Amino acid sequence: MMMETWWRALTFTLGYNTSLVTVGAMLLAAAAGMVGSFVLLRKRALVSDAISHSTLPGLALAFLVMGVWQGDGRVLPALLAGAAASAALGLWLVQRIGERTRLGEDAAIGAVLSTFFAFGVVLITVIQTLSVRGQSGLTGYLVGATAGMLYSEALLIAACAVGLLLALLVWRRDLLLLCFDADFARTQGFDTGRLDLLLLLLLMAVVVIGLKVTGLILVVALTIIPPVAARFWTDQPMRMVALAALLGALSGYLGVSLSSVREGLPTGPLIVLAAFTLFLVSFLFSPRRGVLASLLAYRRLRRRVHLRQGLLALGRDEPIFDGLTLKLLRRRGHVRRDGVATPAGQAAARDAEHEERLWALYRRRYPDDALHREHAGLTPIGQVLSADAIMALEAELPPAEVAR
Amino acid sequence: MNEFMMFSLVPLTIAIIISMTCALLGNFLVLRRQSLIGDAISHVALPGIVVSFLITGTLASLAMMLGAGVAALVTVALIELIRRLGRVEGSAAMGVVFTSLFALGVLLLEWHGAGGVHLDVEHALYGNLESLIWFEGSGLAALFDPVALADLPPQLGRAAWVGLMVVGFVVVMRRPLVLASFDPDFAASLQARPALVDLLLVTLVAVAAIAAFEAVGSIIVIAMFVCPAAAARLMTNRLGAQIAWSQLFAVLAAVVGYLLAGEAPRWLGFEASLSAAGMIATVAGLILLAACLFGPCRARTGSAQRA
Repeated sequence: MMMETWWRALTFTLGYNTSLVTVGAMLLAAAAGMVGSFVLLRKRALVSDAISHSTLPGLALAFLVMGVWQGDGRVLPALLAGAAASAALGLWLVQRIGERTRLGEDAAIGAVLSTFFAFGVVLITVIQTLSVRGQSGLTGYLVGATAGMLYSEALLIAACAVGLLLALLVWRRDLLLLCFDADFARTQGFDTGRLDLLLLLLLMAVVVIGLKVTGLILVVALTIIPPVAARFWTDQPMRMVALAALLGALSGYLGVSLSSVREGLPTGPLIVLAAFTLFLVSFLFSPRRGVLASLLAYRRLRRRVHLRQGLLALGRDEPIFDGLTLKLLRRRGHVRRDGVATPAGQAAARDAEHEERLWALYRRRYPDDALHREHAGLTPIGQVLSADAIMALEAELPPAEVAR
Repeated sequence: MNEFMMFSLVPLTIAIIISMTCALLGNFLVLRRQSLIGDAISHVALPGIVVSFLITGTLASLAMMLGAGVAALVTVALIELIRRLGRVEGSAAMGVVFTSLFALGVLLLEWHGAGGVHLDVEHALYGNLESLIWFEGSGLAALFDPVALADLPPQLGRAAWVGLMVVGFVVVMRRPLVLASFDPDFAASLQARPALVDLLLVTLVAVAAIAAFEAVGSIIVIAMFVCPAAAARLMTNRLGAQIAWSQLFAVLAAVVGYLLAGEAPRWLGFEASLSAAGMIATVAGLILLAACLFGPCRARTGSAQRA
C-alpha cells in the first residue's frame, strides 16, 4: 500500500497538486545546488546560514503589516518580499563586518544569524499577542510546510526557480572566474565586488524562495549538501555545477515523493535527508576522492613500500621480521616458507637494488625534478624516465657499486 | 518587590549566568574563528533530545542532557571525519552535518507525534525562561529561608554548576588554552596538546549549550557565544581585558534584554510580554553593532591603536 503510493508519487500520477509541488521542489533544489556550488568554490558555504536565519524578522514584520492591514497575514508575495528585505540587510551586515572590522567571517555570520533570528522570535511573540489570523502558517516557515502548499504558491516557486536557473546559466562563466581567481578576474576588467554581490543576491533569492519548501533552517542544506556531494565526482567546475543541480533535483524528487506516502511526514527534512544520503554515497564510493578509493590507494601504496623494503633487505641478506612484508614476499614466490630467498627472489632483489641505486643517483643529479615525482622511488623507473635517460644514468653508476 | 522575587529573580539570574558562561567560552571560539561551532551544536541538540526521548521514554533533564551531549560529540566527530577523509572544507563539512542531523531530529519528532509532549521545535528555540517561577519567593526573607530555597527551579542550580565548571576549566587550562588559540603549531611544538584542548573546549561548549537549551532555548546560546566576545574583541587588544569586556556585555545584554521584554510592551500600551530569550539575544547583537561602529580597536590592522 505504502509502496504503491510512493510509486504513484514517483511517476507523477498522485494528483496534479502533488506533481506540481514535486516539480517546484526539484527546480528549486536544482537552482540551490547550482548557486551553492559557486558559493562553495568561493569558500563561503555558511553565508547561506546567515541569510536564511535573517529572513525571519522580515517575514514576521510583513506578516504583522499584512495582518493589521488585511486581517490575514498569509500573503506569500508580501512575506517573501519582507524576507528578502531583511535577508539583504543581514547579508550587507555580514559583508561589512567582515570587511571593515577585524572580526572573522565566522563571527560576522554567527552574530548576524543569531541576532536577526532572535529579533524575529521577538516579533513572533508580538504577533501571538495580537489576534491575527493564520498564525500557524507563520511557524510553518521555521521547518517548512509543503503539505499545505497552495497551487498558486507552488507555481510561484516553480517560476522563480526557472528564472534563477536561467540567470545562473547566463552568468556562469563570470562567476566561475570569480571563484577560481578573483585577482585574475580583476585584471580582466571584472568588478569582483559587484560579481560577489550578484552571487550573494542569487543565493539570497534561492533561500527566500526555498523558505516555503523546506523552512528557513533547512534551506541551508540545499545550498551546501548537493555541491559538496558533487565535488566528490569531478574536478571540472562546470561539471560540478551541473552535477550539483542534478543531485539537488534528485533530492527534491525523492524527498517530496517520500513525504506523500503517509500523512504528516514533513517534506523539508525528507528532502534534506535524501540529499544527505546522496552525499554519503558520494563520500564513500566516489572513484576519485571517495573514502573507499582512498583506502584502496593507501593499501596499494603500503604493499608496494613493504615489498620494496623486503626485497632490499633480501639483497643485503638482512633478516625480515615484519609480518606483512614476509606475507607479500612469500605470496610472490620470492622467499620460501623458512624465510630463505628463492632464485626468483634473489633476481628480484638484485633488480630492486639496482633500481634503488638508479633512483638515488637520479635524486643526486636532478634534486629539483625528483621532488616533483610522486613516490618517485617506488614506481618502476622505466615508467617515469625515458629509456635514454635511464641509459645515461646507468652509464654514470659508479663501477664500484656495480661490481659489488 | 515580591512580584519581582517570584517571577523575575530566577529567570533573570539564570539568563545572567548562562550569558556569562557562554560569553566566557565565546572569547576563545572567536579567537580561533570557530564561532559557528556553537550554532552547529545547538542545532543538533534537537535530534539528541528526540532520540533520547524515544529510547528512554522520559523527558527527565538527565536523559535530555545526555542525549544532547552525545549528539554534540557525534557532530564534532562527523565534521572532523568528513573534513579529513573527504578533504571537504571545514565550514562546508559543518553545514552538511548539522543541517542533516537537524532534519533527522525534525523528522523523528513529527513521525512519532512527540510534538504533543512539551517537546517541539519552537520550544527548543525559544526556551521557557518566563515559566521559571519561584513560587515560594514571596519576599526578601525567602532568600534566607531553606524551605523556600529548596523550591527554587532546578534549572538555576544546573546553570550555576555548569557556569562554575566553565570558569574552573578556563582558570585551570588558561595557559594551554591561550597558546592553542593563538598559535596551535607553536603549542604543539611545546607539547601543550592543542588537539586535546580543542576537544575539551568543544565539549564544554556542548555542555554549556545544553544546560542553556533547556532553560533559555538555543537562540540565546548562539548569540552569547558570538556577540559579547566579538564586541569585546573590538574594544581591546589584550586577552584579559577582552574577557572582562565580554562578561560586562553579557550581563548588560541579559539585564537590559530581560527588562525590555517585560516592560517595553507596557510602554507601548500592550499587556503581554515578549520573548525574553529573543530580546536578550537582540540586545547582545545591538551591543556588537555599537562596538562595530565605535569600538576603539575595531580596525582590521589592530596595531594602530592601543587600549
